[in-house]
Amino acid sequence: MQALDGLKIVEFGGYAAGPHIGKMLANFGALVVHVESFARPDGFRLQYPPYKDGKPDINGSGCFAFYNDSKFGVTVDVKNPEGLRLAKRLTDWSDIVIENMRPGVMARLGLGYDALKRSNPDLIMLSTCNMGQTGPRADTPGFGSQLTALAGMCGLTGERDGPPMLLYGPYIDFIASTLGAAAVLAALEKRSRTGQGSYLDVSQYECGLMFLAGPLLEYHTSGKLAERSGNDDPQAAPHGAWPCRDGGWLALSCWCDAEFARLCGAIGMPALAADLSLATLAGRRSRKEVVDEAISNWSKQHDAKEAAETLQSAGIHAHPVNDMADLFTDTQLAARRQWRRRPHPVLGNHAYCMPAFELPEMPGEVTLAAPLLGAHNDKVFREYLGLTEAEYTQAQAAGAFA
Amino acid sequence: MLQGVKVLDCTERLGWLAGRLLADMGAEVLRIEAPDTDVSTSDWRALNVNKHLLRVDCASHPAELDRLAGGADILIATPHPGHDASRLYDFARLSRLNPRLIVTAITPFGLAGPKAQWLASDIELMAAGGAMSLAGEPDGKPLRVSAPQSYAWAGAQAAVGALTALAARHRTGRGQLVDVSAQAAVITALAHAPTFADILSVTPQRAGSYMTGRSVTGAKFRVFWPCRDGHINFILYGGVAGRRTNEQLVAWMREGGFDLGPLAAIDWTKFDPTRATQAEVDAMEAKMALFFHSLAKREFLEGAHRREMLGYPVSTVADIATDPQLQARGFWHDLPAPGGRIERQCGAFVVVDGARPPLADPMQQAERSPAFGRRA
Repeated sequence: MQALDGLKIVEFGGYAAGPHIGKMLANFGALVVHVESFARPDGFRLQYPPYKDGKPDINGSGCFAFYNDSKFGVTVDVKNPEGLRLAKRLTDWSDIVIENMRPGVMARLGLGYDALKRSNPDLIMLSTCNMGQTGPRADTPGFGSQLTALAGMCGLTGERDGPPMLLYGPYIDFIASTLGAAAVLAALEKRSRTGQGSYLDVSQYECGLMFLAGPLLEYHTSGKLAERSGNDDPQAAPHGAWPCRDGGWLALSCWCDAEFARLCGAIGMPALAADLSLATLAGRRSRKEVVDEAISNWSKQHDAKEAAETLQSAGIHAHPVNDMADLFTDTQLAARRQWRRRPHPVLGNHAYCMPAFELPEMPGEVTLAAPLLGAHNDKVFREYLGLTEAEYTQAQAAGAFA
Repeated sequence: MLQGVKVLDCTERLGWLAGRLLADMGAEVLRIEAPDTDVSTSDWRALNVNKHLLRVDCASHPAELDRLAGGADILIATPHPGHDASRLYDFARLSRLNPRLIVTAITPFGLAGPKAQWLASDIELMAAGGAMSLAGEPDGKPLRVSAPQSYAWAGAQAAVGALTALAARHRTGRGQLVDVSAQAAVITALAHAPTFADILSVTPQRAGSYMTGRSVTGAKFRVFWPCRDGHINFILYGGVAGRRTNEQLVAWMREGGFDLGPLAAIDWTKFDPTRATQAEVDAMEAKMALFFHSLAKREFLEGAHRREMLGYPVSTVADIATDPQLQARGFWHDLPAPGGRIERQCGAFVVVDGARPPLADPMQQAERSPAFGRRA
């Protein structure tokens, strides 16, 4: 038995912000149907690599697969009257509808919350977009990687005197999807208690700000402006990343004077521990170069993993800077079964990522590889929605699954 | 939405956001702090607002924790695996006291495994979860975001985990353990970067401040542009989205009397950034740089919105604090604070049925301790 067995979710939209919500819930047992069409497949299928052997293929995007495992994939042309009728049958059948179109698009299609709840009164619906459904800039189209700049994270990454930095992808989308998953589960709790559905308006921008709530309050209270500061931290010194012999990097930090003394012992620099000018946090911060150089001299003689193990044995905060390949060999992630390999018809045997929480009594699972486009039309509409042979054939002939 | 759900929040910094998210959705959250803990920092106040505060040293008064756990639905803690003091939060023990209790344990690496007892703060977690390997200049050192992020990733995943267990309890009548790894939570932030290593055996490198990997010629595209009062994030995209944006940029520059250089002759319906050479990109960007340099961040934000262009300014917290979009949506909540001050807090992250759930007034919170925290 899984925690969310019996919960039915239908997704309209694509890319990351909507589908990642359904993916997490699917890993814990929800039955999730991802709706696309041949005319408008999920943008991750064709616009984002990696593809198997580097060759673009509508069914071979690793990026799409990463956010759509454990789901059923259907194609419904909602601009076709018969397709729209099927889309409504899907939403009538579901407990939760998740969409990440631009504001107003679902309503124009006839799939807005007000329309859907007429035939499914206790429906929970979540809409997620850049700015939220209301406000002067509600209609702003946007990519998550750029929204991460508007929400402050890019400006807070980089050296003090250097430019802002990218955080690789649409960082903020995943804040909003994680918080969105919490919101639909809270709405489910409300429905269990009151019998009422909910409409959830999630602004990806606002969700992102929850991750900077402290610096924002600090500004409102004192006027102090949070700024990028490399890898420094006001409460720890040393605090940063140092190069290692194997080309890797070692992150480490010392949060009290005693931890610094242990570090000096572990890296064979007792003279530093005896240096009174470095005995306090303020002293170490003001003579950062001296401490940095001593650590660097030591780290360059060791591989990152070995260095981290040595320091952890001495009671010091330390970890190698894992790159993407390292994540697949990290012993701790392996012990938690963070990655689950499943055979995919195009991508072959490849890895899916589990959410960061586990329920040992009702474990999460990757139940299915990501769906090929329209792979489950037959199963979803016949088996789950109960279309008769005649109804299914008629819908097909009318172009509903195009 | 979570009215009537009682949460006991015994977390250290690593877990603060979890209880805040549950509180913002209506749960009654009792925040446990030792009598001498400093609750005046901005981080503490921002992430513990909307909770009831109870000062008790659980290590010295374990019976008090047990009494409170007996009346709670969800307990959130940040135990230190292997430490005696953390036995207080042992699921088997707490479950005997209250079989309906959901125990959410947030730790750096998870409750079990070879690194379960490793020490990690934000920088080690951002390193362990892969985020630092993707941030910073490609030939420079790996960087973290200067404000801690891994704790928030862990807290957010913990909220989802706790509510997943709560949904299951409706069917089983029993609580269960939720084991959250902050290292794994950081992986959520990486987008699909791990798939390149898995599927193509290619290890994505740090992105720096340029967009690379889009051109067959190896050309890199500027992402961050100096402007009058900071930086703007703007990228020369191709495709339908890029076409509209690029056309509007040229129109905007033309209206301002800026020299368009090579931009004037480009047919944006045919522009393909994947084929552009570095020399071509540099020539276009030289003209764009002069235009962006003339703008203020807010001017770009408003102009780009009006023209339906992709791109945003690089905000500071000051820019965010005055953004009209957030004000129009009632995102900020002003609450009375000690000393007669007003604290402007981030409001609840979700708008439910057209209304943002309000944050509770901390003054009233102090006077009215929650039912399950009241002494017998």
